[in-house]
Amino acid sequence: MMVMNADLRRERAAATFQPELLTHILDGGAERTRRRKEIEALVINDPDFQHEDLNFLSRSQRYEQAIRKSSLMVMKLREYGIADPEEIYWFKSFVHRGRPEPLDLHLGMFLPTLLTQATPEQQDRFFMPAWNLEIIGTYAQTEMGHGTHLRGLETTATYDPATQEFILNSPTVTSIKWWPGGLGKTSNHAIVLAQLYTQGQCKGLHAFIVPIRQLGTHEPLPGITVGDIGPKFGYDEMDNGYLKMDNFRIPRENMLMKYAQVEPDGTYVKPLSDKLTYGTMVFIRSLIVGDSARSLSRACTIAIRYSAVRHQSELKAGEPEPQILDYQTQQYKLFPLLATAYAFHFVGAYIKDTYHRISGDINEGDLSELPELHALTAGLKAFTSWTANAGIEECRMACGGHGYSRCSGIPDIYVTFTPSCTYEGENTVMMLQTARFLVKSYTQVSSGQRVAGMVSYLNDLSRQRIQPQHVAARAVTVRINDPVSLVEAYKARAARLVEAAAKNLQAELNHRKSKEDAWNRTSVDLVRASEAHCHYVIVKLFTAKLSEISNAAVRAVLTELCLLYALYGISKNTGDFLQAGILTDTQITQVNQRVKELLAIIRPNAVALVDSFDFHDVHLGSVLGRYDGNVYENMFEWAKKSPLNKTEVHESFHKHLKPMQAKL
Amino acid sequence: MALLETSKSSLGSVLGSMNPDLASERQTASFSVEKLTAWLDGGVEHTLIRRAVVEAIESDPIFSRENQYFQTQNERYEAAVRKAVHLQKKMHEMGWTENGPEFKYIYRALSGDVAFLLHRVFMRSISVLGSDKQISKWIPLATQYRLIGSYAQTELGHGTYLQGLETTAVFDTTTQEFILNTPKISAMKWWPGDMGRSATHTVVFAQLYVHGKCYGVHPFIVQIRSLQDHSLCPGIIAGDIGPKMSFEHIDNGYLMLQNVRIPRENMLNKFCEVQPDGTYVRQGSQKINYFTMTTVRISLIADEVIIPLMKACTIAIRYSVVRRQSKLKPGEEEAKILDYQTQQEKLLPPLAAAYAFHFINDYLQELFNKAYSEIQNKNFDTLPELHAFSSGFKALVTQYCTSAVDICLRACGGHGYSLLSGLPSLYTKIVASCIYEGENTILLLQTARFLVKCFKAANTGQPVPPSVTYLAAVKPEKCPAKNKLDFLCPDIYTKAYQHMAVRLVSSTAAKLQDLVQSGVKKHDAWNQCTVQLTQAAKAHCHYITVKNFVETVEKLETKAGIQKIMKHLCDLFALHGIFSNAGLFLHDGYISGAQMDMVTASYLDLLAVVRKDAVPLVDAFDFTDKSLNSALGSYDGQVYQRLYEWAQKSPTNKQMSPAYERYLKPLLHNTLSKL
Repeated sequence: MMVMNADLRRERAAATFQPELLTHILDGGAERTRRRKEIEALVINDPDFQHEDLNFLSRSQRYEQAIRKSSLMVMKLREYGIADPEEIYWFKSFVHRGRPEPLDLHLGMFLPTLLTQATPEQQDRFFMPAWNLEIIGTYAQTEMGHGTHLRGLETTATYDPATQEFILNSPTVTSIKWWPGGLGKTSNHAIVLAQLYTQGQCKGLHAFIVPIRQLGTHEPLPGITVGDIGPKFGYDEMDNGYLKMDNFRIPRENMLMKYAQVEPDGTYVKPLSDKLTYGTMVFIRSLIVGDSARSLSRACTIAIRYSAVRHQSELKAGEPEPQILDYQTQQYKLFPLLATAYAFHFVGAYIKDTYHRISGDINEGDLSELPELHALTAGLKAFTSWTANAGIEECRMACGGHGYSRCSGIPDIYVTFTPSCTYEGENTVMMLQTARFLVKSYTQVSSGQRVAGMVSYLNDLSRQRIQPQHVAARAVTVRINDPVSLVEAYKARAARLVEAAAKNLQAELNHRKSKEDAWNRTSVDLVRASEAHCHYVIVKLFTAKLSEISNAAVRAVLTELCLLYALYGISKNTGDFLQAGILTDTQITQVNQRVKELLAIIRPNAVALVDSFDFHDVHLGSVLGRYDGNVYENMFEWAKKSPLNKTEVHESFHKHLKPMQAKL
Repeated sequence: MALLETSKSSLGSVLGSMNPDLASERQTASFSVEKLTAWLDGGVEHTLIRRAVVEAIESDPIFSRENQYFQTQNERYEAAVRKAVHLQKKMHEMGWTENGPEFKYIYRALSGDVAFLLHRVFMRSISVLGSDKQISKWIPLATQYRLIGSYAQTELGHGTYLQGLETTAVFDTTTQEFILNTPKISAMKWWPGDMGRSATHTVVFAQLYVHGKCYGVHPFIVQIRSLQDHSLCPGIIAGDIGPKMSFEHIDNGYLMLQNVRIPRENMLNKFCEVQPDGTYVRQGSQKINYFTMTTVRISLIADEVIIPLMKACTIAIRYSVVRRQSKLKPGEEEAKILDYQTQQEKLLPPLAAAYAFHFINDYLQELFNKAYSEIQNKNFDTLPELHAFSSGFKALVTQYCTSAVDICLRACGGHGYSLLSGLPSLYTKIVASCIYEGENTILLLQTARFLVKCFKAANTGQPVPPSVTYLAAVKPEKCPAKNKLDFLCPDIYTKAYQHMAVRLVSSTAAKLQDLVQSGVKKHDAWNQCTVQLTQAAKAHCHYITVKNFVETVEKLETKAGIQKIMKHLCDLFALHGIFSNAGLFLHDGYISGAQMDMVTASYLDLLAVVRKDAVPLVDAFDFTDKSLNSALGSYDGQVYQRLYEWAQKSPTNKQMSPAYERYLKPLLHNTLSKL
């Protein structure tokens, strides 16, 4: 056991609050923290889950390790009787240290889809074999030519009443299924999304259970071409795959028919409601918001601990080199991100709770709250993943050159996280979905109706029109040290940008015939409006969280973070606040000044604030971010294990260097 | 291979035939692509030389990058060494020399995928810092590759802040040797390229001690590996620092020195010398050292930063006219994604920036050449300006281009994340440029220091370099624009940038002064203003970039449609900057809220205008398919076929995965009873 680095020890001793208390808040209670750590210990103390540092393994070796651990994981989960979804999530995330794994799609999509969309007979045929991993499945939706725009998918499933089979085809290169995880090497079945043709008509997208590899030999079935899509930016553990089908026949009973059905003679029976699929999307996007928070938290933990250990240059001539965390520019890079990580945690928790509340209603047939939640999660998914994506990189660069080494762990966090800007709905498209909802709400308000929920501020717009001085009058009343007042400022900004986008859209509509064209020509404004709306929601939720916190010391430090989050957001978007007359230029100068004061105020608690995230060193996977702060010694130890160091003289010396020296 | 054959016959390989969606883009170009290329190259004669070099390199299979996305770190390193060795032969064959016109295109043609780059830095540092005697001893050996050099400056504990280095070199008068040591773990040399596995020698920067007195950091030539069998020399611990975000082909290394003795003559002694009795003598000016750093910073802007951005733009823009997604009008074909305003907003400002930075690079080169000739005549007057400029622009350009490449990557949807798109490796490489050769924040602060100094001088009537005379012209004016078309007038937006830069520099200078006058110590005051100082430095560089773009366009001949499209790009670059930094321009009311709406309107109009020429504008960068090495960005636009065929070359598809036999099979067959 190494001694704790003196700087980190000092930092921890100087904190004004107890990190465990904050950890409990993040986990949702002391009992949840206890249970999480219990599960963490089960994994970390289990020799079966240990292996060489993944940074030194080739892609194929990483895949192999992941498969090995996944198989063990499934067995052990059942052995330990862990069945709560959140506990399974913890277990899995400790086993795979926050990385994707080849069974993700089997566990996360294949099994749940069977549960929700298969008929009882289909469940009998497929569910238990899949549960017992005789069948390993994936979910094949995305094609080479189409992603977020689902209606454009080209794979066909044509019903043949003579044999009572569907004939599956990939009619073009672009229709080849591309990207599904676990498809490349692992799965023997896939749920394939295809355009259904029956009785000569296209009935739109439907899901089919397609066997793709021979049980026993694992060889592709005749008519199936399947493989790995090659190396990616990260995701080394995952065999993202392609799938091409040539006149591949499956029995009629392999179409998932809980909702839509094709009868033996080819008659198509329509589903009752298609809104139900929204629920799954909302759920997955809410997970991404949580993931944004966690990934950013990990990067902040590494960068802030390292910045407390690293000493560089001089602040005062003749004095010892200061910790780089004492430089204002370093604080300015890291503390707003730390505040953001906290903000996103609370937003993630809010969406999860709301989803669980609403999904109860959905089961009872009440879908009224779904559209708003759907619109909100789309935007928040985009907002948080964009911000976290940039934030992780900012943390890495704040670690200087060493951040670039894979031993820092941040490159890995980045490549694992960054695809979430694209998957489960490309971010720009997501922002435009939120915008569609905002414009719709605005139109309702304009026509005299009132709207409810997070968009209710739009109701105020009609009042402002009666009192034109309203906005201007409010400008001077923004109090920059009061989070509640800042929520109002963000609200005013969102209202202004939604209104501006809606008006520009109307102006375009007045000029042009096509709705689509007008929408496209306003889309930059619309995305801005959505961003402002999401930003408002986040500031509001963070502020609301403060009043729930009973411990005074914790509340004080979170209030500082909340203020920093809100004020930093203003200082980065001063144009919006100035142009709308929400804040004056004098106030903006005060905001900028206050941001810098808050940096100094947060500084003594910075390490404690990342300790509160409570990432185990094994999970963090970073030499720079170690809890004990013994960075340099361990970098050296780590480097010695590099594949290039396996022999003292590299083989290329004999192959290339020596012959060259002989020749020249 | 069988799989590849099948796929080719079943899909019918269309590679080579032009995708009609790309062809149509080229038919409507408003200017001559060939002429623009020649102009970017600085004349058609340069274009011809460049193409000849590229052709010679790309037609040689040893330089192929075809399989690079599938290779391990070990394989990449070996390939880079092999290429470096082969390059010597190639240059000889082709009659290329280091001083010839071809030389600067070689690196570009290789896409930097070659070893021994630090060998060149090793040679340059000896040429600059060594005495004539040292030069005549070491340079011929290095030229003939009798030894392979590296350059060991950065340590585990210290990077940009050189004075903090901890390696020691103690002079021993009795043996006339320096004794080099790594006194603690943080003093270990860390990161130097070519040092992990290849180098036999390196220039080590160490704190010089003579008779117990420290004289600061000096350079020493140290042999680290045997010239016979390449084993490590006594007292040397060296190796590779392990995997990084990119640069798999480079063996960045660590080096630990334990009582390593080198002769007195191995200290590079053009400027400082330790005489046999231990007397320390300083001779000549050390300012030239800064000049070396400046040289490196300027040269990396073109090769390591602007070219990758141009490549990323080429890939993303070509892909965006091939990719069709969703419908803009009901009943019509799906639209090219470049027709979506949001896609244009992602890709066209980076395209404009690639041009803007290409021109600012020309500007820096000119400044550099001027300074160089003055330095030849022992006149160091322009050095501070050059140093401030190279620092500031290195920071601005690397930061901007890095985020622009990231935008390009994410603008390609899922396929951007495939290594086969070429974008991830462009990103992971360019991102390192924000740190190496001076961490960006620190560089911006150096520029800011220069600006604050010049601001004070300019306002007290002292002479300042011409590029910063504008700092004296603080006037409380307002932007005169009356409608959105006024914002297409270069004078209007250049003034706005100038005003903003002056405001930020002057307000920060005032803040500094206030703090000091109120009793805050100078260094504390500086630290409290650093966030503002970096903003001021960026504003200055942004202003100069816009101004230089405007001047470049003005100098252009009007023929061939080039000036017109360059003017659009210039407007786009400038207005995008105002649009995305609105607060800075609105702050003191120089631009009003109503005017900002005009800026936005003009900016959005420009996106639609530049959209029409987007493909010709990236074609003009003239990258070959081999150099792009991208399944998404090739000239013929056969994106999907290429992606499919390349994926099948992946090693993961060539063999049965060992994971199946070892883990999957037991999982699928035997474990059921256990579950």
